[in-house]
Amino acid sequence: MADTLLAVEGITKRFGGVLASDAITMSVPKGELHAIIGPNGAGKTTLIGQLTGEITPNSGRIMFTGEDITGLPTHQRSMMGLARSFQITSLFQDFTALDNVALAVQAHAGHSFHFWRNARREEALRAPARAALERVGLSHRANTVIASMSHGEQRQLEIAMALATDPHMLLLDEPMAGMGPEESARMVKTLLDLKKQYTILLIEHDMEAVFALADRISVLVYGRVIATGLPDEIRANADVRQAYLGEQEAVAING
Amino acid sequence: MKHALTVRNIVVGALLIFLALVPIYAQTTGNIFLMTLFTRIVILAIAAVSLNLIMGFGGMVSFGHAAYLGIAGYAVGILAHEGIGSGFIQWPVALIACALFALVTGALSLRTRGVYFIMITLAFAQMIYYVGVSLDRYGADDGLTIYRRSDFAGLINLSNKTVFYYVCFVCLMGTCYLVWRIVNSRFGLVIQGARSNERRMRAIGFPTYRYRLTCYIIAGVLCGLSGILLANHTDFISPATMHWTRSGDLIVMAVLGGMGSVLGPVIGAVALLVLEEWLPHAISVVGEFVTGKPVVAAKEYWALILGPMLLLVVLFARGGIDGLLEKIRRG
Repeated sequence: MADTLLAVEGITKRFGGVLASDAITMSVPKGELHAIIGPNGAGKTTLIGQLTGEITPNSGRIMFTGEDITGLPTHQRSMMGLARSFQITSLFQDFTALDNVALAVQAHAGHSFHFWRNARREEALRAPARAALERVGLSHRANTVIASMSHGEQRQLEIAMALATDPHMLLLDEPMAGMGPEESARMVKTLLDLKKQYTILLIEHDMEAVFALADRISVLVYGRVIATGLPDEIRANADVRQAYLGEQEAVAING
Repeated sequence: MKHALTVRNIVVGALLIFLALVPIYAQTTGNIFLMTLFTRIVILAIAAVSLNLIMGFGGMVSFGHAAYLGIAGYAVGILAHEGIGSGFIQWPVALIACALFALVTGALSLRTRGVYFIMITLAFAQMIYYVGVSLDRYGADDGLTIYRRSDFAGLINLSNKTVFYYVCFVCLMGTCYLVWRIVNSRFGLVIQGARSNERRMRAIGFPTYRYRLTCYIIAGVLCGLSGILLANHTDFISPATMHWTRSGDLIVMAVLGGMGSVLGPVIGAVALLVLEEWLPHAISVVGEFVTGKPVVAAKEYWALILGPMLLLVVLFARGGIDGLLEKIRRG
């Protein structure tokens, strides 16, 4: 496929006797919002670790924009336009929101061996950072230190950090983790907006959000992709209901 | 808000003015001892500020920072011993030696984290300490006397106590200004980002290792400047200069003064070294008052008082003395 942005080709990862990724194959075409769901311990975190370069697979390869990135370190993948957000909020705690995002902009604005000029006064870094904050609705919190922001705001900021690197693709690791219904709804709104512009791989537990957002869904169980398809197909898939959704949730989704 | 006349800014400003006026005070009162003490304080403050660049801002807790005091000192001492007295040669050689040592040891140390980093920096410093001990030609254990201070072709006479003090003071102010610029530059933000969350730094596209290594080298070179001045001040260099307890002293200065700001370690250096001098006197005065007779032995126990003081600062004032002063403003 010519317009495939991310292709995972049979990656396998073992931790001792545990097969965390079992010959995972999947592809995400440009423009798609692809969701990965699966019960706890299904290997979602291991998969995202391999996509970002923090974990090296034992075998298989990962193609991004047509290039083999399997052996590339994390920062080079970011340079190629693969951005991620973290499941557990992972920000620079003693910096302000704007500082955080500006640092992400700076990473993609040439090398940082500049020792003299005050980086906080460089419009070239601050302006795109402000734009990214605006995008996730945090403009009014630009000068707030992270430690005094709410959990929901920090989750929004996670997204802004990824956006600030001017990516081709977003890897979002449970963006709704720990959010209340109201905050989740806001995040869904943000993601619907981003979906128009970016290719997104979304890992998420919140089923309502996944089915509202995803173009296609892959189901991961015990390190294997047991099904990939449109949301309706996944809903109807007997294996998925058996292995993952369970009786109660299956009813909830259909209802 | 930053430029407001806060308690902290007034105290720090007063301290800097005091440091600038020490020679004038010493001359009018004839107090040579005070002059010698504060020359030492100013020199070691440079080392503490340089350590804080990697420790406070970069999160790299080096337990071997005194190695640079020794390397630079030996560079000056050995060159002087071999008949090369010019500061135009001695100083650059000393700084380059420090940069090379930082490059090699940093390249290896920075592959480790946390307590392993502390241990490996200590190990490298101990190695260089024993190199000093084994230098038979240059005095080995006994050290090496430097008969002439660095010569700057008659432009600056370092043998003049006042001139030398101001050279040290200007070096300290220059170091602080340089570190302040660095900390707020793009480079500085990368260093602080890597301290705060290195994983995220890589995820947004920073190859953190090369920035951390560069920072480590800069700190080594700045500490080398301190080492050059120290050797000129004492007219002497020995392995004791880079003993691990000296590295510990530098850490204490930074922690005591406050790692969160550029000037914190300056406050710490003044506080630690003044207490070190003053506590024994205070103890013997109090001891004499209480027991009614001179208590010479009690002088030895000044560390028993300094220790708990340090403990209190670490436990209750995480930002050190500087952090405490900041809090006064907020009430």
